Amino acid sequence: MAEKREMIKVEKLNKSFGDLHVLKDVDMTVKESDVVVLIGASGSGKSTLLRCLNFLEIKNSGTITIEGKQIEPDKDDLNKVRQTVGMVFQHFNLFPHKTVLENVIEAPLMVKKMKKDEAVKEGKELLAKVGLAEKADVYPSKLSGGQKQRVAIARSLAMKPDIMLFDEPTSALDPELVGEVLSTMKELAREGMTMVVVTHEMGFAREVADWVCYMHGGRIVERGHPDELFDNPTEQRTQDFLSSIL
Amino acid sequence: MPSISHLLETFANSYPIFLEGMWLTLRLTAISILIAVFFGLFFSLLKISNVKVLNWIADVYIGVIRGTPLIVQIFIFYFGLSNLGISAFWSAALGLALHNGAYIAEIFRGSIQSIEKGQMEAGRSLGMSHTLTMRRIILPQAFRRALPPLGNQFIIGLKDSSLAAFISLSELFSIATTQGARTFDEMTYLMIVAFYYLVLVLAFTVLVNMLERKLAASD
Repeated sequence: MAEKREMIKVEKLNKSFGDLHVLKDVDMTVKESDVVVLIGASGSGKSTLLRCLNFLEIKNSGTITIEGKQIEPDKDDLNKVRQTVGMVFQHFNLFPHKTVLENVIEAPLMVKKMKKDEAVKEGKELLAKVGLAEKADVYPSKLSGGQKQRVAIARSLAMKPDIMLFDEPTSALDPELVGEVLSTMKELAREGMTMVVVTHEMGFAREVADWVCYMHGGRIVERGHPDELFDNPTEQRTQDFLSSIL
Repeated sequence: MPSISHLLETFANSYPIFLEGMWLTLRLTAISILIAVFFGLFFSLLKISNVKVLNWIADVYIGVIRGTPLIVQIFIFYFGLSNLGISAFWSAALGLALHNGAYIAEIFRGSIQSIEKGQMEAGRSLGMSHTLTMRRIILPQAFRRALPPLGNQFIIGLKDSSLAAFISLSELFSIATTQGARTFDEMTYLMIVAFYYLVLVLAFTVLVNMLERKLAASD
């Protein structure tokens, strides 16, 4: 079998907010169809790492290579890069003044200049895929949290990204709504999407992740297959974190 | 105080001339407010820009306008612009526009900044540029949020247009004072003109409420 393509390669990534050094020399490689789960306490830098990957935060030093191309924020067109790296947010961030379908087709229409009927057709297919075909014409305010997050996933997929980033996608949801979002994400993983997920859902990590990174103090302290990392963590800090949450 | 019957009689006799004044007031208000919205949007964008010089320009504009009386501004425009052959109507319209624009800039700035940061991030994460996200995502929501204070500012603009009487425009208020002076019956005409303004403001309030309801479809 051919070696899988490197989708994301991060080397010696550093990021500070003022005096606060949030990411310290982070190295990470994500290959095609990998599902990577980042875990760690709040403030450990996992969300910042994720946000650096689509340049919502701009690194201070180090390199970020997306699909073989090293991206320099001041030279490269980040709008182009972001079209291949989709993102799903903790608080959904749907556009409240647009219907569900309008949310999904906004970027294809405006950025890709897709024809309206084509965008609508694809948008409806995506909504059907996340199980919300019948909600196409309602406004986000009428949806439950789980439905909103599934629309957000469909909206992101509408740009046909090669990589999807999930920033605590279920943390703002009522417990009974977490499952529907996770199963949409599992479906996506099965289809071979390359995914980097920040989450506290250890069940999801165990079931879906190809490997898990434990972050602490701005570094990736330990990484490994979920079974190894959860059952036999080698680092004391990983053990402490896992025993505090499991 | 004039008697009710005298008021009604004067009202009935004077309405043709007042309607002419009302028409001028409406044109003056509509044009000045339309221009003011553009000024307001423009300067609110300067004000939230990351470029210090642009912030500074907006601050100076807003500071000068807010720090001086409208009547002084209208006179400065009138005497300044009449030399250039610009009519009293356009002097008043531009003066009112520049004045209301400063307040509308602050209204827009507040409403733009009140839109959650995640909206811009969501747009950017989909590959939309900053400008495109601003235009398609942020401004439509900000405009909706600005509508109640904006409606308020429009009403202030309508009433402030009465100051154009002082640069010889025959709008509503000017007609009331000239008719009053002509007949020595000032009180009657002042009450009549107050009534006209009240009707205009109420009609406008209804319009703004309708627009708010229409835009609230997504709530």
